[in-house]
Order: sequence, then C-alpha cells, then structure tokens
Amino acid sequence: MSIRSAVISQIQQIGRATKKDLPPLTDDLGLLESGLDSLAIAIVVTRLEDTLGLDPFTESDDISYPVTIGDLVRFYENAAKLSGIAPGEAR
Amino acid sequence: MPPNCPASLREKLGKASDCSGGFLWGATTSVSLADLPRGTSLGGRLRELQGRSVLVATRDQLATALALIELDGVAGRLVVCPPDISVKHLPSVIGNCSVDAIVSDHESNGIPGGPLRVRCGLVITPMEEQQVEHRTTEWVLLTSGTTGSPKMLMHSLGSLTAPIATDQRLGKGVVWGTFYDIRRYGGLQIFLRAVLGRASLVLSSADESTASFLARLGAHGVTHVSGTPSHWRRALMSPEARMIAPLYVRLSGEIADQAILNTLRSFYPQAAVSHAFASTEAGVAFEVNDGLEGFPASLVGTRGQVQMKIEKDSLRICSARTAVRYVGDDNGVLKDDEDFVDTGDIVELRGDRYYFLGRRYGVINIGGLKVYPEEVEAVINRHPAVRMSIVRPRNNPIMGSLVSADVVLKGGPDQGEKSRQVEDFKREILQICQESLAAHKVPATIRCVPELEVAAAGKLIRPYA
Repeated sequence: MSIRSAVISQIQQIGRATKKDLPPLTDDLGLLESGLDSLAIAIVVTRLEDTLGLDPFTESDDISYPVTIGDLVRFYENAAKLSGIAPGEAR
Repeated sequence: MPPNCPASLREKLGKASDCSGGFLWGATTSVSLADLPRGTSLGGRLRELQGRSVLVATRDQLATALALIELDGVAGRLVVCPPDISVKHLPSVIGNCSVDAIVSDHESNGIPGGPLRVRCGLVITPMEEQQVEHRTTEWVLLTSGTTGSPKMLMHSLGSLTAPIATDQRLGKGVVWGTFYDIRRYGGLQIFLRAVLGRASLVLSSADESTASFLARLGAHGVTHVSGTPSHWRRALMSPEARMIAPLYVRLSGEIADQAILNTLRSFYPQAAVSHAFASTEAGVAFEVNDGLEGFPASLVGTRGQVQMKIEKDSLRICSARTAVRYVGDDNGVLKDDEDFVDTGDIVELRGDRYYFLGRRYGVINIGGLKVYPEEVEAVINRHPAVRMSIVRPRNNPIMGSLVSADVVLKGGPDQGEKSRQVEDFKREILQICQESLAAHKVPATIRCVPELEVAAAGKLIRPYA
C-alpha cells in the first residue's frame, strides 16, 4: 500500500465510522472541507502513526500544518523519505 | 487499663468465648487465633516496645498480622509499612512518624539509623501475659501519592473498626480471602473483619501467582473474598478461578462497573456480590448490595453514621471511619471546615443513582474537553469478549491528547493481534463506544494486549494519575 492510499484509506475509514458522506478526496480539497472535524483529523494522524510508523507533526521541527488532502499526503511522503522508507511503500 | 481506653485487638480476641477454628493462613504456615492472646511473635519483647512509635516492616503479611495484634494497645503508634515501599522513602516515613522502633522479620531492610530493632516471626511462642501499660494506639497507614513519596494517614482502631458492625457475627465456618495486602486499608479491613469475627483468613504471598493463590483459597474452602475490580478481572483470567466457590464477593478500591458485577454474578452464582466505596483517607463510606454499579442517590445528604455530600461533582464524606489527619508536613489538610474528607472521586447523578466518572486528577483533556478514563472503560467492558481495559491519554499534535485504549480479551494471550476475530472485536468495541459516548470520548486507537499492569494495591496502573 502506498503512503497516499494509506492516508486516503484512513480518512475514508473515519468517514464511514462517523457515518459522514465524504466528497471525492482530491488533492486540492481542503482538509476541513472534507467533512472531517479536527478531532477526526487528529484520529487519522494517530492511526497513521500506528500503520506507517510516522508522525510528521511531532518529528518535524518546522511544521506547517497541511491544509489540503494533497498537503497531508505530501507531508507523510516527505516524512517517509526522511526516515528512509521508500515513498511508494508503507510498512 | 485506663478507664477510657478502648479494648485492644488482643483483648477483643482474648475476650472471645470461642475463637477455636479461626486460623490465619500464610503461604508457608498458619497460626490459630486461639493461641494469640497467650503468646508472642516478638520474642517476648513487647515491654520494650510500649509507648513507642513502631514501624512494622515485614516481608511476610502474616508476620505483620501477628505483630499488629500483639502491639495494638501497647505501642504508642503503629506505622504499617506496605510491601512495595521504596527504600528511599523510608527515612521520611521514619522522620515524619517519629519512629523509634522497628519490628521486622528480616535482618537487613535498608533502613538506616539506629532505632530499637525487634525481630518478629511466624511462630507464636506461649507466654504468660506481660505487664505492660495499656494505651490507645495510633495507627498510621500509607497510601500512594500521585507522585513520589507516600502519603501517611492517621487512624485509630476505633476508626478502622467503625465500619464493622458488632452484630456482624458471621458464624463459624467463615473463611476470608483477600487479594489485597493487609498492609493497605482495603486489606486491613478484611483482616480486622476476620479477627473480630473469629473467622479464618487466607493471606497471599508476594511471590505467589494469582493462580496459585486461587488454588490455596480453594483448598482452604474460602467463603468470603475481597479484591479490586482489577484483581477480580485478573482472577477470572485464570482457570483456577473455578477452584473457589465463595458465598460473598466484595469489590472496592476502584470503580466497579456493571460488566464486572454481572460477570462475577454469573461466574459465582451462589455468591452475594457487593461493592464498597472505601479509601485510606475516607474510610469505608458505604456498601452496595443490589448488584448495580453506582450507588443510590438517597445515600447523599441523609444523617447517619456516614454523611455524604457532593461538592464540585466530587464526593465528600464525614464519619467516624475517616482518617484523623495526615501525618507529616507537606500533605495538606484532610478535612474541610465541616469535617468532610474530599475523596476526589467525581460522581454524576443519573435518575436516582450516582455513578462514578473517575478521579478528578485522572482526567484526560481532549482539546479542552474532559474525559474520565473509567467512563470509557466501563463502555468498552460491556463487549462480551473484553476481560478488562485501560484508557489512557495519547499525545496528539492536533488535539493535545486523544483517548487510547488497551484491551485484554477473554480468549487469553494466545489470540494473535492480527487475527480476523480480534479485528472484528475492535470494530465492535468502537461501535459500542460510538453509540454510547460523545465523539471525543471514543478511543482513537484500540490495542489488544495480553495483560494489563496492576499495581501492588490492586489498581490498574495509570501513569498520568
């Protein structure tokens, strides 16, 4: 599973669990327009830490919070590069 | 004996017309209650200890039990040392309690300095009654503080035995067992119930597994067993839980949720299942015998032996059973202006019952919203496959903290974390939580773990509390 699909999959799971109909998760969709509130995003971040072993929010010294779905995906892809995980592969 | 001096433990025991058959069973040996009024476990050195502030620090619970019975009414003060106290905290306990004698069953206990030392043991040597001056002994019990050094609380035999009704003669054949150590308030209550009721008591040993203690309880035909909900959940994970068939099951020290009450009721159908609210500070406040979690709202605000009030959602208790005061300088004030002890336990009124939400200081803050771990645990524990659970805060860069749950499944430790069934259980647990709890209280992550750490006091270890 790629980093991208891991991120998208977690968002979709939260959407299903909270019974929200999410719009198509395109790169330019704003995170908070996706139908997820900050609690839900926080949960996505925690679960990605468990599945990918990455916590880019905490590991990075200089973080700019991701605004769009695309930002979030790149955020994790960059963290994966830094940690030596091939960008296409999740653990 | 001075006119206003209440009877000591030993005198109460000595006055008993019949305490035949009552035994204190340790892991390696046993002592008959009938021998205690006419013998010594202190090598006959009781006179040397009269009026002194005595630290009782033993490895074996039974040794403490025997020393306490002999010393109450003779020592000025009894400082009961719990089994897991750190050596580095002993000097402050000794200093704050003005300890000038140490009773111990072993030579080296790392205690510095030179107070009088008296060796105690597990054997009662017959001896004529010694000429000693009788007095009312102060009892000092230690309880864990939120961090660091233990809190010390002063009790008396009167406050400790006030919850034990004098007409509670349970009759012959009662055998108590306690998962608690008797050097803590919860266990001491059971010890006193056994001694005053001339019943038998089975004591655990530090290096004994839950399974082998249960086997020993079964071998002695235990009828009355006491422990925390965590003790009981752990016990129910042992096949040996089938080796006992108690008539009375008592829970205290932690919130008893409906799941554990129901589980115990169906596991031991012959037993009366009771949960008590008690703490070292507040004493035993009440016992609930209707099989339901929480307690009837009618208990609050009524006059009686125990008065209760709720202030800032926290339960406060005033009774003759509470500790007298803290010992030591930096422990603060035990009671408010009206003599009530603040338990720090948060309750919520739903219908005609109060329910415990958790400790005021165990609260998890999720983006400014509070979550009491026990409330979430109670919902998780409703899932039939869940044996026990602990909810903790997990640091989160977005909300500050999130709720995270570690769950022990009833299937035992051989269930692989990855198995499909485990994944199904996690999904179902989440669904129960989503149906019953506000969104911020629903665990963000659930891990299935083989076991949870239970502290020596029998409570789940909550690192943040």
